[in-house]
Parts: sequence; C-alpha cells; structure tokens
Amino acid sequence: MRQLNAGDFEFLLLATRWTILLSLYAAIGGGIVGLAIALMRTSASAALRWIAIGYIRVFQGTPLLLQLFLVFFGGDMLGIPLGAWLSAILGFSLNAGAFLGEIWRGSIQAVPNGQIEAAKALGLHYAPRMLRVVLPQASRIAIPPTVGFLVNLIKSTSLAAIIGFVELTRAGQMLNNATFRPFVIFGIVSAIYFVLCWPLTVTSRRLERRLALSTRR
Amino acid sequence: MDYVFHFGDIWAARDELIDGTLLTLRLSALAMILSLIVAIIGAFARTSGPRWLRGMVAAYVELIRNTPFLVQIFMIFFGLPTVGVRLDANTGALIAMVLNGSAYTIEIVRAGIESVSHGQTEAAYALGLGRFRTFRLVILPQALRAVVPPLGSQFILLMLNSSICSVISADELTAATQDIQSRTFRPFEAFIVATGIYLCLSLLFSGTFAAVERFAFGSPRERRG
Repeated sequence: MRQLNAGDFEFLLLATRWTILLSLYAAIGGGIVGLAIALMRTSASAALRWIAIGYIRVFQGTPLLLQLFLVFFGGDMLGIPLGAWLSAILGFSLNAGAFLGEIWRGSIQAVPNGQIEAAKALGLHYAPRMLRVVLPQASRIAIPPTVGFLVNLIKSTSLAAIIGFVELTRAGQMLNNATFRPFVIFGIVSAIYFVLCWPLTVTSRRLERRLALSTRR
Repeated sequence: MDYVFHFGDIWAARDELIDGTLLTLRLSALAMILSLIVAIIGAFARTSGPRWLRGMVAAYVELIRNTPFLVQIFMIFFGLPTVGVRLDANTGALIAMVLNGSAYTIEIVRAGIESVSHGQTEAAYALGLGRFRTFRLVILPQALRAVVPPLGSQFILLMLNSSICSVISADELTAATQDIQSRTFRPFEAFIVATGIYLCLSLLFSGTFAAVERFAFGSPRERRG
C-alpha cells in the first residue's frame, strides 16, 4: 500500500474533465431527445402523445443503472460494440431526454392558449408557431428547472464508473484500491462534485425566485 | 439482426430474481420509513430549531443533494470500516439510502410545513398547546397531507436508486441479475427482465401512494365537495 501524493490529486482533477465532458455531451443529447419528446407529448396526434408518455414512463420508472447496462450490452447484442464512453453518452442522453421532455412539456403547456390561438389566427403553421411564439415564451419558464436538472445529470454521470468508464468516481475508486484512504479520497471526490453542482443549484433557485416574482399577478 | 433471444437460463434462475426483488422491496420500504422519520425530525429542527441547528441541517441537505449517491455509498462502505465500524453490505446499503433519502425528504417536508398558514400555529398557541404539541398535532398532519405526491415520487426514486447498492454487492435485484448474467452470459435478457421488474415495482409504488393519499388523507376532490 502506498501513500497519497500531489500527483494523485492531479489524477482526480484530470478525471474531472471526463465528468464535465460526459455531462456536456449527455446534456446536448438529452436536450435533442427531450425536445422531440416534449413536442410529441404536446402534439395534436394521439399516437405521438402516447409514444411520448410511454417513453417517459419507462425511463422514469426504471433505474438509470439498468438503462446503462441495457445500452452497453444491447450494442454488443446488435453487433455494434459501443464501449463504455459511447454507451454512457447514449444511455445518459436517452434518460435525460425523458426528464427534460417532461419538464419542457410543462413549460410548453404553461404558455397561455390565447397565444396559440392568436398565432393560428395570423395564419402561422406549426413550425413557425412553435419557433416564433410558443417556444420563446416556454423557454423562460423552462430555464430554472432545466438548470436544476443539470445537477442531477452531473451527479448521475458517476454511474459511468460502474460500466468501467474512468471519470471522477472511477478514478477515486482506483486511487482508493491503491492507497486505501477512503475518507480522504472520497472526501476530495465529493468536494469536486460539490464545486461543480452547487453553483448550478444556487443559480436554479435564484432564477426560480425571480421567475416567481415576475409572473406573480 | 441475427441475435436469438434466449430466456430459458433466466427463467431457470427465477428464484434468485424473486429473492432479489423481495430484498429490494424490503430495503426500499425500510429506507422510506426511516428517512421519513429522520426527515420529520430534521424538518422540525430546520424550521423551528435554534439558529446553529438550522444551519447544520441546511448544510447537510446541501452536501447530500450536490454529491452523487454512488460516492456516498463508497464513503460509507469503505470509510466506516477504517474507523472500526464493521458493516455487512445490506446494512451499508440501508444506511446510505437513509442518509441520502432523508436529505431530499427533509426539503419536501419543510416545504409542506411552510405551506401551512401561520394562523394555524397562532390558533394552537392560543388554545394553550406547547411548541412541540403544536407541531405534532396541528402542523405536521397538514404538512404531510400537502406533500404526499412529491413524497411518493421521491420514494420511487429511492427505490430505483437502490439498484446502485449492487456495487457493494448488497444482494438486491440488480446484484442478483449481475450474478445471473455472469453465469449465463445472457446479459441483455437478464437486464431486460430486471428492468421490467423495476418498472412493475414503480407502478406498484405509485399505485400504493395514490391509495394512501386517497384513504389516509381523503382525496382533494372529495374534500372540495
């Protein structure tokens, strides 16, 4: 068993880059899936609505860890081995899509119906109506809970450690196996996650308060 | 796709899956009850305790909510034995789930307490009830009634998160599934079955919470009439 040194701290910081990158890719992927789900969930077609409802139910009603395993092993099964990095991005994106889809559905539905009727009366079709009238107003409502969700996303990227991707948590685990100083190592790992997440938590709370003040009648 | 699904081996291991499911149920139910108790005490301290205690509870909530559950599990399972506390995996899992779950539950219960109008407290004081009895008899029942839906979703998340405890080999459903897949080399089939079981459990839980809301607290629709 060896002692901890400054190089180990650097190792954790380097691994943090992967946590950040993974969160970023998953947020982008989840944003694309989530927008599709939110639009399907609020569409006029009952079939699309039900597909979106089913998607949200399944992804919110099963453990994220098992979703990761299914993507990881499902790729192998289809003959496209994805590896830990791509599986993690795909798995987190699919999962984040369900949560963001549900958040954004609520924001779209919070836009007063009169806006949609007015846009229709002006002869705007679906795409310009959504892009120019509904989504800009919905995004204002959506931002605070979306920022709050990013905190969850960053925390959940730690699960990539379990399918063997070396991000912050896996790096901590490896260090712990070599030095066996769990409180120090996981204390530092927790502190790094806290530094990543807490500013977002505070921002989300502040934005929420500001939105509540501005929409109060 | 030329993959042939093969569920025979999984069916042969059904006893392990059932045992795992039962342990997941027991672990989550126990964690829910304990974290609700911790949360009620915590929320009381957070809303009407002395200043230093309020600060401590707030710090605890922020620390837990801004770090991953997996790291918390490692901290408990690998950390506690270094200070002389021996834990088996299932106990470690339960402690981690309660510590994590209660931070989220404290915030929910606190929001419920704050939603009860101040007039209720004043009326209770005017009737001569002390601070503690006011909390227990007047504030808490109304607060809990208001937060049944968010509590329900929080508890379902807690149940789903219990799958993460498989990393310290608590023998719940996910760990049982890991065993089965490493023996049968049928990972996709094993995990799809386990995922299906979790989905059933979360539907079961949300049904139960809806029933609790209806029967224990009376549905809002009935009360309005």
